[in-house]
Amino acid sequence: MAEHKRIDEATGTSTVGHEWDGIEELNTPLPRWWLWTFYATIVWGLAYVVLYPAWPMVNRATEGVLGWSSRGDLAKEMAADAKRRAPTMNAIAATALADLPAKPELMQAAVQGGGAAFRVHCVQCHGAGGAGVKNLYPSLTDDDWLWGGDLASIEYTVTHGIRNPDHKDTRTSLMPAFGRDGILDAAQVGDVVSFVRTISRQEKASASSTRGATLFADNCAVCHGAGGEGGRQFGAPKLTDAIWLYGGDRDSLTATVNQPRNGVMPRWNNRLDPVTIKMLSAYVYSLGGGEKGLAPVGEGQGADGQP
Amino acid sequence: MASPEDLSGQPAPLYEARKGVFPKAVNGPFRRFKWAIMAVALAIYYATPWIRWDRGPHAPDQAVLVDLANRRFYMFQIEIWPHEFYYVAGLLIMAGIGLFLVTSAVGRAWCGYACPQTVWTDLFQHVDRLVDGDRNAQVRLANGPWTFEKLSKRTIKYLIYLVIAFWTGGAWIMYFADAPTLTVDFWTGQAAPIAYGTVAVLTATTFILGGFMREQVCIYMCPWPRIQTAMMDEKSLLVTYKDWRGEPRGSVKKAQAHPGAFGDCIDCNQCVAVCPTGIDIREGPQIGCITCALCIDACDGVMAQVGRPRGLIDYCTLDDAASEKAGGAGRPIRKTLLRPRTLLYFGVWSAIGAAMLFSLGQRTRLDLAVQHDRSPLYVQLSDGQIRNNYTLKLRNMETRPRRVAVTVSGLPGAVLWTNAGTRENAAQRIEVALPPDSVKSVKLFIAAPGTGPARQDFTIATRGLDGDPRGDSDTIQFDRPETGQ
Repeated sequence: MAEHKRIDEATGTSTVGHEWDGIEELNTPLPRWWLWTFYATIVWGLAYVVLYPAWPMVNRATEGVLGWSSRGDLAKEMAADAKRRAPTMNAIAATALADLPAKPELMQAAVQGGGAAFRVHCVQCHGAGGAGVKNLYPSLTDDDWLWGGDLASIEYTVTHGIRNPDHKDTRTSLMPAFGRDGILDAAQVGDVVSFVRTISRQEKASASSTRGATLFADNCAVCHGAGGEGGRQFGAPKLTDAIWLYGGDRDSLTATVNQPRNGVMPRWNNRLDPVTIKMLSAYVYSLGGGEKGLAPVGEGQGADGQP
Repeated sequence: MASPEDLSGQPAPLYEARKGVFPKAVNGPFRRFKWAIMAVALAIYYATPWIRWDRGPHAPDQAVLVDLANRRFYMFQIEIWPHEFYYVAGLLIMAGIGLFLVTSAVGRAWCGYACPQTVWTDLFQHVDRLVDGDRNAQVRLANGPWTFEKLSKRTIKYLIYLVIAFWTGGAWIMYFADAPTLTVDFWTGQAAPIAYGTVAVLTATTFILGGFMREQVCIYMCPWPRIQTAMMDEKSLLVTYKDWRGEPRGSVKKAQAHPGAFGDCIDCNQCVAVCPTGIDIREGPQIGCITCALCIDACDGVMAQVGRPRGLIDYCTLDDAASEKAGGAGRPIRKTLLRPRTLLYFGVWSAIGAAMLFSLGQRTRLDLAVQHDRSPLYVQLSDGQIRNNYTLKLRNMETRPRRVAVTVSGLPGAVLWTNAGTRENAAQRIEVALPPDSVKSVKLFIAAPGTGPARQDFTIATRGLDGDPRGDSDTIQFDRPETGQ
């Protein structure tokens, strides 16, 4: 196509010889510094190949003389962050759990750290944000606690778990299977359910509930209390309130009396360090249902000014 | 079109070395105008970070500060938070429309006078003249052998380049931290690595772009000449060689010998000699012309010497060029500048500016954002009431600590408390202390009767308790279980 090359009159530059519907391309020379920039990128590329992981081999890429790796970078960043968090973690470790709420900044750090641990270890059962799962796992955000909602009780529960057969300090209790094991017959179970639904103001008093009251006093009151107010030393739920872990309707209650669930929770002292358990307790405590136990030292007006 | 030429004898070069540009010193009104703009631009750039501005004990006292670490932007009395970045976007839009305005009226005035590349190139060219002498001496030195004189002059010149470049890079970082502190930190090795890195990069770019690349940046790298070319029209001013007056060219002697045969141009090449981008304006409008008008000064000087009227090279629109060529007169400059297009640009530009100033004056410096906790949406309380959890973000954008109240409306029977309190002492209103110039996150619990709609809109509001009662409110939902209806 060289025969089509010509000098463009307006610019005095030669054309490259291509032509599309009368449009031609000028053969404008590149500035030479552009060429040097191109050589510089080649030199840069060669240096990069030598210094950094670059060339794919059979199993892995060449390592590069600097020994850099993204995993190494991550490890360094994690170490730096652990170092950054160390003073806070040490302060939390050195502070008694009951004193944490009086130190708002430390408490906030503990809640944050506990939230992170919760999202790894606890959400599988208790749900995101401790919302619980209906009929399976209790909500940790309400004001109703089976084993106690103050900081110390929560920490004990997290540390030792509930109904761990291999751990002697675990929280434990066993509600008999009144129906399945024939302790009460079907009519008696119905009467007890009527009574429970009466004290929780879901049903009006009836002949059945009156019969149930006697059965309740004989069989249930030892754990659940004479008026159904619950007993935390046995993890026996309060039966007079609006919160039902396994359902408060007649069918659910009947099922529970016939064959109780006796839910279990793993202990965490064999998997998590004490500081993490402390932070987890602070987090669960902060979800809205935390109960004041023994008054912590120096408790007063918080940073929010809330009396 | 010319007939095809056989080029097989000499292939065109693929790469072209930069042709040296050695602009001659010139004096005249445009040169003096350029001096003034250069002085103002450099003074603004170097001095601005050192202006102090008292904002009280809780905010920095630097008048202009881009505090990236704390995400605050200070400009004299105005403080911008990240969520108010639309003010910066507005400024950028104004800058864009401002460039449209300037370009449609006076062509590439930005390129010729105010662009940093032009200002710094001009500065470096003055350094060339200071060290090497004027154009002829520069050419002689560049073409001459590497004598001791050349070596020493080059060394001195590059050292001055380096000092200017370093000072330029150094001034840049002052906008991003407290200038006096950063200066001390910088020289004692205490400053952040990014500060040293930024200074190094900007020193290198200033040294290379201002000292060596110069007009290559405008011709090869910068997109703005192309964009501006598209925005100019036949009524925009541009530097024009009035060929109808100048051609054919001839020396004074020739013109005396043959009166009437030659135009005004005496072909003295002064317009080419003074051009900082090394072009010949007599070839017509071109991408390499940054319209710095130095050729106008040079030509006017020559015309005065030979006793001919000034303005052989002058600012002129395409329309005026056509009418002058036909023997008519140009439009008055006022009509060239004030025409519907420029007035429209100016109107839009001023409207955006006025709207931003108005909204700056109206904005409240206390802001509330409420987030409803989604897991769980609601909590069944043992007495039958329902609790919802919220996260309040209270932004105190003033540089003083404040006390504010948070209240709820539209949710009958609701009480609220925070993590610092309990439900037993919950109330209809809480008070919160806000630290200065920061966001406080408050976890808020609200309990309300269990009977009501499954999803109910209500309002959480905050207002100042310390003199300025203005505040903010947010509408949010309260959720109940379906069975609670």
